[in-house]
Amino acid sequence: MKIKVNNKEVETAASSVAALVEELSLPAQGVAVAVDNRLVSRADWKDYALKEGMSLVVIKAACGG
Amino acid sequence: MFSEELEKISWDETTERILAKTDADVRRALSKEHCDVEDFMALVSPAAEPYLETMARLSRKYTEERFGKTVSMFIPLYITNSCTNSCVYCGFHISNPMRRTILTEEEIENEYKAIKKLAPFENLLIVTGENPAKAGVPYLARALDLAKPYFSNLKIEVMPLKTEEYEELTRHGMNGVICFQETYNKAHYNIYHPRGMKSKFEWRLNGFDRMGQAGVHSIGMGVLIGLEKEWRTDITMMAYHLRYLQKHYWRTKYSVNFPRMRPSENGGFQPNVVMTDRELAQVTFAMRIFDHDVDISYSTREPAAIRDHMATLGVTTMSAESKTEPGGYYTYPQALEQFHVSDERTAVEVEKALKRAGREPVWKDWDASFDLKACRHA
Amino acid sequence: MEKLVIAGREFTSRLFLGTGKFNSNDLMAQAIKASGTEMVTVAMKRIELEDKEDDMLRHITAPDIQLLPNTSGVRNAEEAVFAAQMAREAFGTNWLKLEIHPDPRYLLPDSTETLKATEQLVKMGFVVLPYCQADPTLCKHLEEAGAATVMPLGAPIGTNKGLQTRDFLRIIIEQSNVPVVVDAGIGAPSHAAEAMEMGASACLVNTAIAVAGDPVAMAEAFKQAVEAGRRAYEAGLGLQADNFVAEASSPLTAFLDE
Repeated sequence: MKIKVNNKEVETAASSVAALVEELSLPAQGVAVAVDNRLVSRADWKDYALKEGMSLVVIKAACGG
Repeated sequence: MFSEELEKISWDETTERILAKTDADVRRALSKEHCDVEDFMALVSPAAEPYLETMARLSRKYTEERFGKTVSMFIPLYITNSCTNSCVYCGFHISNPMRRTILTEEEIENEYKAIKKLAPFENLLIVTGENPAKAGVPYLARALDLAKPYFSNLKIEVMPLKTEEYEELTRHGMNGVICFQETYNKAHYNIYHPRGMKSKFEWRLNGFDRMGQAGVHSIGMGVLIGLEKEWRTDITMMAYHLRYLQKHYWRTKYSVNFPRMRPSENGGFQPNVVMTDRELAQVTFAMRIFDHDVDISYSTREPAAIRDHMATLGVTTMSAESKTEPGGYYTYPQALEQFHVSDERTAVEVEKALKRAGREPVWKDWDASFDLKACRHA
Repeated sequence: MEKLVIAGREFTSRLFLGTGKFNSNDLMAQAIKASGTEMVTVAMKRIELEDKEDDMLRHITAPDIQLLPNTSGVRNAEEAVFAAQMAREAFGTNWLKLEIHPDPRYLLPDSTETLKATEQLVKMGFVVLPYCQADPTLCKHLEEAGAATVMPLGAPIGTNKGLQTRDFLRIIIEQSNVPVVVDAGIGAPSHAAEAMEMGASACLVNTAIAVAGDPVAMAEAFKQAVEAGRRAYEAGLGLQADNFVAEASSPLTAFLDE
């Protein structure tokens, strides 16, 4: 299935947000995910099904003032 | 509400702090461009007396920077002396067996016309006693409506009102409210104001918050000098109050008054303290150094010579040719006055004197043409 | 020194640190430690898929440090609200340094969008610390909108020019009912000390520490400067100007002796 992560097309086997986060081996803290510009809270990751063509924003902590 | 703030400030400790101020405290305050209340205490303290000339110079400098060489002129009109209060120092005291007047609409209008013949006054202060049943908000609203064709700036000096009443009067063209707390010494307040609504210290004190919440453009405050022996403390409390109001209701313009009571010649209330001219000057300079923008107002209670000099050194607002009895300009020229006027010159004479002193009297310094709230109603 | 309280949380240190522009996360962590700060800003970025870089959060997380996520990169109120929600989720805090700068050149804060976003975010339960212009009227509006502090700039960000806005900062400090944090432009410890002497509640410093020859030593220098400035403010400064020049030959108060 093809989805977009941060505007880049990605081929993934993950069926949920939780599975995708694992697949991308993101840090345990400091991460947030939005699907189609709506925040998906961590508690809902497991149940949030990914569908073909969805656009995700995934952010993590960075240095900044 | 300011009553909660005032609870935290001890009268006695403040008095002690003022009296303990040193020469160094005064010099430090004078060296600052922006003083806090602690500095103000130093400036009104006895320790500042040797610095009167320096204070005068600074006061004049700051005043000219902010106001130019101008003095804003206003005239009070008492529309009723009917009053349910019993302030021990006031001529309108409820048990004073005098004739009570509530001017009719026609009489009010005649007064407006008579005032306009004295000088080009545009700033009118409508004054009443406290009798909400007979001369309440609807009466005031009517007086404001009637005044609009004659004056461009309308202020009232009446009993404390509710927030929505201030809002209501604003819609009738009211630009400002003057209300004197008289004294901030809560422990003594009821000695001077034993009965009636005015005996309620907090209701009066928090009236200023209500004015601010109602968005009143201009708020005038005042301490009556002659009640509390520790007038330095009283004025310091007013300085605290001013700072508090400026922080919370920052869109509003403020003015301060500290009228002096004089010894009574006819056996009336004798002031507990008489402030000297030097002390009045010191307080005036201190206030200006403390706050460069606040309007400092002198009424005709002050003698002509003091007014003329102080107009060049810090005072920015003055009344002239005031009558302190209802209908005094036309309807009842002989009625009993609320207090005795010291400066009895005509407005034209005051104008000439101010011009000689290099000050320009300003009759109109406000126009409500962009004030949509006031215009919509008109 | 009096403790600083923001939204009910007490701070002993009045120095806030930004985490940008450090050469390494290790150096950043040492600088944070040396500064004694209890509030550290953190930004967000979109992950790169092949990116295996060190996790910066690991270096700044500590029980006595309040994380202050910023909204750097957003250009309007709508984006700021989205970024704020992401930040709350990512960092587990409702504290937020709101910064909206549509202009990529000078990174100057957009006043109208900042006010709009503050109103919305406060309603959503965020503790909002807006980075803003040193505009006293705007700061009153932000305060009325429920901002926990205001954070006016001392000079354009990253310029190290000090308190170019000092006259306006002074008015803001005098009028404010919420803590005033001077953010941006502080380039040297003396600038921070000056802000604190004026009565600012805290300073936020980043570039001046991060790009110093020895960022750790500079962090400590800022710590001392902020403390010194605050102590001076609390102590009450001595004579500031010469108002005692020679008296005029014809005294202004002579009329009082007549």
